[in-house]
Order: sequence, then C-alpha cells, then structure tokens
Amino acid sequence: MSVQILIVAEHDGTRLNVSTAKCVTCARAVSGAVVTVAVFAADAAAVAAQAAQLAGVDKVLAVDNPANAHALAAVLAPQVAALAGPYALVLGPSTTFGKDLMARVGGLLDAPQVSDIMAIESAVRFRRPIYAGNAILTVEAVDAPKVVGTVRTASFEGAASGGSAAVEKVSLNVTLPTHTRFVSVSAARNDRPDLQTAARVISGGRALGSADGFKILYSLADKVGAAVGASRAAVDAGYAPNEMQVGQTGKIIAPELYMAVGISGAIQHLTGIKDARTIVAINKDGEAPIFEVADFGLVGDLFQVIPEIERLL
Amino acid sequence: MKRILVGIKRVVDYNVRIRVKPDGTGVVTDGVKMSINPFDEIALEEALRIKERGGADEVVVATVGPADTQQQLRTALAMGADRALLVQADGVIEPLVAARALLKLVEREQPLLVILGKQAIDDDNGQTAQILAALWNRPQATYASKIEITGETARVTREVDAGLETLDVDLPAVISTDLRLNEPRYVKLPDIMKAKKKPLDTLPLADLGVQARTQLKLVRFEAPPQRQKGIRVKDAAELVDALKKKGLL
Ligand SMILES: Cc1cc2nc3c(=O)[nH]c(=O)nc-3n(C[C@H](O)[C@H](O)[C@H](O)COP(=O)(O)OP(=O)(O)OC[C@H]3O[C@@H](n4cnc5c(N)ncnc54)[C@H](O)[C@@H]3O)c2cc1C
Repeated sequence: MSVQILIVAEHDGTRLNVSTAKCVTCARAVSGAVVTVAVFAADAAAVAAQAAQLAGVDKVLAVDNPANAHALAAVLAPQVAALAGPYALVLGPSTTFGKDLMARVGGLLDAPQVSDIMAIESAVRFRRPIYAGNAILTVEAVDAPKVVGTVRTASFEGAASGGSAAVEKVSLNVTLPTHTRFVSVSAARNDRPDLQTAARVISGGRALGSADGFKILYSLADKVGAAVGASRAAVDAGYAPNEMQVGQTGKIIAPELYMAVGISGAIQHLTGIKDARTIVAINKDGEAPIFEVADFGLVGDLFQVIPEIERLL
Repeated sequence: MKRILVGIKRVVDYNVRIRVKPDGTGVVTDGVKMSINPFDEIALEEALRIKERGGADEVVVATVGPADTQQQLRTALAMGADRALLVQADGVIEPLVAARALLKLVEREQPLLVILGKQAIDDDNGQTAQILAALWNRPQATYASKIEITGETARVTREVDAGLETLDVDLPAVISTDLRLNEPRYVKLPDIMKAKKKPLDTLPLADLGVQARTQLKLVRFEAPPQRQKGIRVKDAAELVDALKKKGLL
C-alpha cells in the first residue's frame, strides 16, 4: 500500500537547506512512501530543481508567490494546508523554520503533530525524545486521518543526490494574511562551517569569560575547520550570539567531533549533543558532569590547554 | 480593558533528574517537585512588565490541566497576575485540545495579546502557541527575545536558527517566549499573602464545549541509551594524539 507524504522544503530563497534532505530520509523509512516536496518561494524554480535531485523524491511542487519571499508561518501555513489534502503525513524539519510553521499547519488541518521525530516505525507510529531527551516516547496516531510531524534532523542522514523528480508549478487560490510582516534578519555573517552540519564543533561555556575569551576557540576552530558553538550561559552573558547556542533550546547537532570547553554539562546542554560521534571535554573541575558523557576528558585550565592544542597541530 | 492572557503549565521542575518507570508507562512523578514551566514564567514576567509600562490594564493567567495546578496559579498571582483561570482536565492534554480551550478563553476575555511559552519542558511539544494562532486566525511571533508594542502592532525579535529575525504583527496576536526575553522576578512573602485574595476561577474543560480527545497514544516510555564512559587524558599532547589516531583531527 502506498503512503503519500508531503515535505515542506526549508531554504533561503536560493539554496535548499540540508534539513530537507533529512526529512526525505525520514519519510523514505515508511514502507510504500511516495514522497512529494513542496517549495514555497517568491521564485521557487532554483530550489525546486535542487529538491528534484534528491534521491527518494517522487515529485516536487513549486509554489511561486511574492508573499513567500520570507518564510512567515502565518503566510505559508494556509498554503501548506491547501496542498495537504491527499497526504497522510505532512513533514517539516524540526528547525526554527519547521517548528514555527508545522504546528500552525496542524492547527489549520485539525491534525495532531508529532514533534522531533527521531525514528519512524510506520506512517502512524513514531519515536521522539521528551523531557530534554531524558526519555524516549513511542507514540501512535489513532483516530487521525492525517498526521503532521517535525523531523529531528540530527537523527537522520541527508538523502543523497541522484534523483530526477518532476517539478510541477502549482498556483494556489488562498487568501493570504497581511497581519504579519517581515522586518529584518540579522544573520551574523561568518565564513566558518555551519554549526548544524559541521563535522567538527568546538563549543565554549561560561568559563570563556567574555566575547574576547572566545577568540582562542575561533582561532583553534579555523585551524581545524570547525564550527563554533556555545552554552546557554555563554550566550546569556553576551559572549556569543544566540544562533551559536547548543542544547535543548538551541541547536541539536550530531558532529563527528564535539569539544566542550569550559562547559559543565547541564542536562539541557547534553540534549543538544547526544548524537555527536566523539565528545571531548576540557574542564578544570574533574567532577563536572560533562565528563560522564565524554569519550576523552582532560582536566585542566582551558586558557592553557586550548592554545597548546593549537600549537601541537 | 487592555488585557494580556498568559498560559501556564505545571511541569516537573527542571532541576529534577527524570526517571522512566520500569514498566515503561511514564516517568516517575510521585513526590517530585512541580513548577511553572520555565518558558511560561518568562511569558508571565513579560506580561507584567508590559502592564507596568502602561501597555495593559490586566494580566490573566490560565491553565488547562489538573486541579493541582492551583499551586502554580497561586505562584503566578503572587508574581503579579491579576486573576487566574483553571480549566480543569486530567490526563494528557494534547496541544490541539489545550489550544481549543485557550481559544474559548480568548473569545471570552478578548485579550490584546496572548503570551505562551515556546515549549513545555515535559513533553517538549512546542505547538500550542502556533495552533492557537491558527485557530484564532491571528499572527504568531514565536521564540521571542524582545517585544515592543506601539499602538496596534507589536515588533517582535525572534531567536531563529540564522540569528535574530524581527517581525511586525498586528494585534491581537500570539507570542511565544524564548529564554532570553527576560529574567522572571522572585516572589516576595507579602505577595504570597496578597495572592491568596486574588480571584482564581475553576471550570471543567467540558463547560467550554471542548472535547478531551486523544489522538496520539503514548505506547511506551524508555530511558535513552547511555553513552559509554570514556577515558581521561593527562594533557593536550595526549588528547591531540588520541584524536589524530581516530582521524578526527
Ligand atoms: C528550560 C531551560 C533550557 C535550557 N536550555 C539550554 C540550552 O539549550 N543549552 C545550554 O547550554 N544550556 C541550557 N540551559 C542552561 C543549563 O541548565 C546550564 O545553566 C548551562 O548549560 C550552563 O552553561 P555552562 O556550562 O557554560 O556554565 P557553568 O555551568 O557555569 O559551567 C562552567 C564550567 O566551566 C568550568 N571552568 C571554569 N573555568 C575554567 C577554566 N579556566 N578552564 C576550564 N574549565 C573551566 C567550570 O568548572 C564549569 O564546569 C537551559 C536551562 C533551562 C532551565
């Protein structure tokens, strides 16, 4: 039996975000999945072409509308809902884009949402973390003709390229609200790898002491091609911008190497790094909880250890 | 009357170490400290600050949950809320149900603004604000780290993956809070006394005409897999060596 699945693409207007390829992998885990990706943009052609190249995608819907120039949940949700009719499962990534949007879609469709899907057992049965990842819950949709979901991107590899799905232009006859208006976004430009997809991540905590203190991490990161992250305490104190926060309320990441520098290892921080392949902890307190999860632990003063590591490379 | 409605959920305190019941039917909550969901506390603090700046006349806190949530509502009243509404319902309340109940309260109270936490730290669903905004057909501004109200609009700065995004939303609207929006005040003893006299009304969910549907069956709770305990290295040189051997540097 085939299961129709719709995925809402995440993109920046020109490039498809890897979170979409991860949603495709999640969707493909359902037996009989027929996967459609919907791209909403002012001009969706370029992004739709990228989505069409993902292996496992059967069809791409391109929805052009000047109102889609910025991803506003209130504007996108009625369009997603208008497309959702034939689909049993409507997925988006569990990024701020997807979390903001999909629940609004669920509200419009009166469909229950499964948040942060980490494993998919069937079109109605899912596993997801709760209590900041301290428990894993298996849920089953009952009595629901349609289910909405957000996909925990750290749990899935991105679908490979090599697909050649057909792209279909769709025009939707829905009235879009004007009550929500985009003003600006301050994306701190940086030429380091993206935190969410980097193979190596070096994160700093409160111990760095200042924005200046973070410089030793940037320097090491640049030498090894790593992204830089931060604990909430470091972000709250203004040492690092909010988009660098790793954890329950920041980014959930799964790098090959994660180095926690001057981070105590609070449960809310650990939630963000559970899927890291190798964790390194550098902390002057040998009792810090971060050592419980570290593959390699080094007790020492970060202000000596970090420059020394850089010298040794 | 310019009113702000704040949603509150009673959750296991964030400092409690969560344990899954051996039979997999839930997590241990007996004898465990319960608190206002931290994001909701931030929502209430923001509402109080808006009122103190003259942007609202009344702050109403509401919960959809068990009778025991009275404790958390009393704390909210002690923080400074003017009155509290307890929509009583037992068991798991799915976000669609919570949002439908809140919509009924919105219809009664006609608030200028509804402020909710961006997620509850128990089920980590993160849906209620967006669903309410959808059902109410009003703007949503999730993950707020700054709110400025001028006349009929709110300018909201949001914490998004790319950085900080700013939106203008027409009022009334639903806003959900992120951690950096503010730091909630501490409750003082005299305020706890005063809060005892503030109105706290209870009404059963069914009285709002909302059905307590269950569409997501909780099949099984499990403890997460534990990471293997690793090794201690003595210095930077040993660490670099070990990481090089694994091909990580
Ligand atoms: C609802 C909620 C959500 C949260 N979400 C997140 C989240 O998403 N991400 C997150 O990170 N936190 C989150 N937190 C906060 C979390 O509980 C911790 O407060 C935070 O992670 C602590 O950050 P830290 O480890 O940098 O600071 P601290 O706990 O203060 O740790 C600093 C560490 O640095 C070490 N140190 C000090 N000096 C040195 C030195 N010279 N060399 C080496 N080590 C040194 C100390 O031994 C200590 O272990 C959340 C909290 C709540 C309540």
